Amino acid sequence: MTTLDLTTDVLVIGGGPAATWAALKAARAGADVVLADKGYCGTSGATASAGTGVWYVPPEPAAREAAMASREALGGYLADRRWMARVLDQTYEGVNALANEARYPFPAGPDGQPLRNGLHGPEYMRRMRVRVRRAGVRVLDHSPVCELLTDTSGAVAGATGYRRQAGEPYRVRAGAVVLATGGCAFLSGALGCNVNTGDGALFAAEAGAELSGMEFSNAYAIAPEHTSVTKTAFYTFATFFHEDGTVLEGAASQGGRSVIARALLQEKVYCRLDRADAKAQAAMRLAQPNFFLTFDRLGIDPFTQRFAITLLAEGTVRGTGGIRVTGDDCSTTVPGLYAAGDAATRELICGGFTGGGSHNAAWAISSGSWAGRAAARHASSLPGGARTRRTAPAGGAGLRPTGTPGPADGFREVVAAVQGEVLPYQKNYLRHGDGLVAALRTLDDTWQRLRATLYAEDGDVVRARQAAAMVAHARWMYTAALTRTESRGMAKRLDFPAQDPGLHHRIVTGGLDHVWTRREPLATASLEVAS
Amino acid sequence: MIELVSAERCIACDKCVKVCPTNVFDRGPDGVPLLSRQEDCQTCFQCEANCPVDALFVAPVTHPLPDDQAVRDEGHLDRAGLLGSYRRHIGWGHGRTPAPLRAVGPQLPAPGAGRPSPPITS
Repeated sequence: MTTLDLTTDVLVIGGGPAATWAALKAARAGADVVLADKGYCGTSGATASAGTGVWYVPPEPAAREAAMASREALGGYLADRRWMARVLDQTYEGVNALANEARYPFPAGPDGQPLRNGLHGPEYMRRMRVRVRRAGVRVLDHSPVCELLTDTSGAVAGATGYRRQAGEPYRVRAGAVVLATGGCAFLSGALGCNVNTGDGALFAAEAGAELSGMEFSNAYAIAPEHTSVTKTAFYTFATFFHEDGTVLEGAASQGGRSVIARALLQEKVYCRLDRADAKAQAAMRLAQPNFFLTFDRLGIDPFTQRFAITLLAEGTVRGTGGIRVTGDDCSTTVPGLYAAGDAATRELICGGFTGGGSHNAAWAISSGSWAGRAAARHASSLPGGARTRRTAPAGGAGLRPTGTPGPADGFREVVAAVQGEVLPYQKNYLRHGDGLVAALRTLDDTWQRLRATLYAEDGDVVRARQAAAMVAHARWMYTAALTRTESRGMAKRLDFPAQDPGLHHRIVTGGLDHVWTRREPLATASLEVAS
Repeated sequence: MIELVSAERCIACDKCVKVCPTNVFDRGPDGVPLLSRQEDCQTCFQCEANCPVDALFVAPVTHPLPDDQAVRDEGHLDRAGLLGSYRRHIGWGHGRTPAPLRAVGPQLPAPGAGRPSPPITS
């Protein structure tokens, strides 16, 4: 077995929007860049298979003000206007570059002006792949990272992984690393998200980084039952029904999804997009061809026929929690380590709520650009020879069991265990302190067991690491959720239904064997409206 | 889930093997891809989108359909206009208009929605 062994200035881990923006900007800053993706850069992740709105707002003061104000209340006043402003600036620049440099075919609105506030995932990401390669980035597809490497000072100095199509391990030593591995959707089957298992958060925590906003992690999206295409926005045209055909009162895609979750615990829920007129129907087809793939292939007319729906967990993909960033350059508490996209917390621009898309897409462009540039700068600031400094592997769970290794397919049991605690609506969506305590106890036991025994070989190492990452993610989520004894943003608690002004702060969490939390005051507090 | 690889249409270009984000395919001995890890298919339709000869069919449901012959009946899928339909809809393939050019979404019935909405939100 041969081992691919590379040295580079910047290693970008991930292959979605944030990773490609990071790689592009690092390369343009003069760095040698390697991008390692678990899947295939261009098709991997939550964006590539979907369509996404983008928080693209022209620099007109009134429009910017409205954009910043629009979701502050939804997000529980945890966002930061300074960050919002810089993301709006960076996104405007980035999307315009997509149009002008990458020649993305944006449509024109009825007024003839280009509409640049939405992207088709497949087109966007195939162009980003081309841009990255043109910039000289070395792309390693099907090369999931297994763990980070750190130097003797604790700074991140590269990573090792497994090239699953070549069947061999690899190593990349680097001056700096950008984690752009996406959020964690717990293998729920939400569109494109099965590569998003929270690996980056595990790698970061093992290197000593912190997380923030992990209580904002219970996003669920609507999809036809037994299918993958989540497109919740279009369900604003829906009427929802009980199994017996009567209207499910209070159910809605926005502001009434918990009603659907509650009903789904008892019965099937049906839906019909009967509030879309002919014009809207035609526009939906043009806007989102993949939304209709499911219906066309099932032989359902969603505008006239009722169809059963489900809610698919999207965890921190459409939540806002992730690796805590400590500076404008998306640095973390660990030297040499940067975080971007859904792997990083998005609280800075949307507090405790995103509807996905829009803000997350803007964040990916912006945080990716900043992290890439900063990583290049960091790498070039290191003394000569730093790229080949002595390193030690930082990984633990799933790689180096502390006890007697268990069966080679032990990851299956771990995945089932964590899914049993995070997918059910009654545990994660409709959160209550009692349920969170019970779930956390199970998850803590699972972690202890897997830390002692979880082990796999060859390509299955990746599956073991994914399983460990999901358990770690779930524990941070529920620990943070228990700490937030109120309802704010998407972190709603049945036992604490009101927002508590005394808890108007962020919750930072971290740790692996022992999970901890602490409160972080807001740097520039948004005005909280007493309710 | 991916259900059909048409050996008839396949030109053994390896594209699906390469682009599948969850590594479902292996190259078969005759060059036609094998569904080695169908259970890992996440029903994202990327293989179909990238197949230059419309040789693949991804059924919309996220579990395998061993008893449903229709999802692997090439003639039936072709007659129903389903083979290659995703590529057609997104405008990939020679001579087609890229779908993003026409992607002007509906006015979502949300308060205060002024301009036409973006192609998509979440």
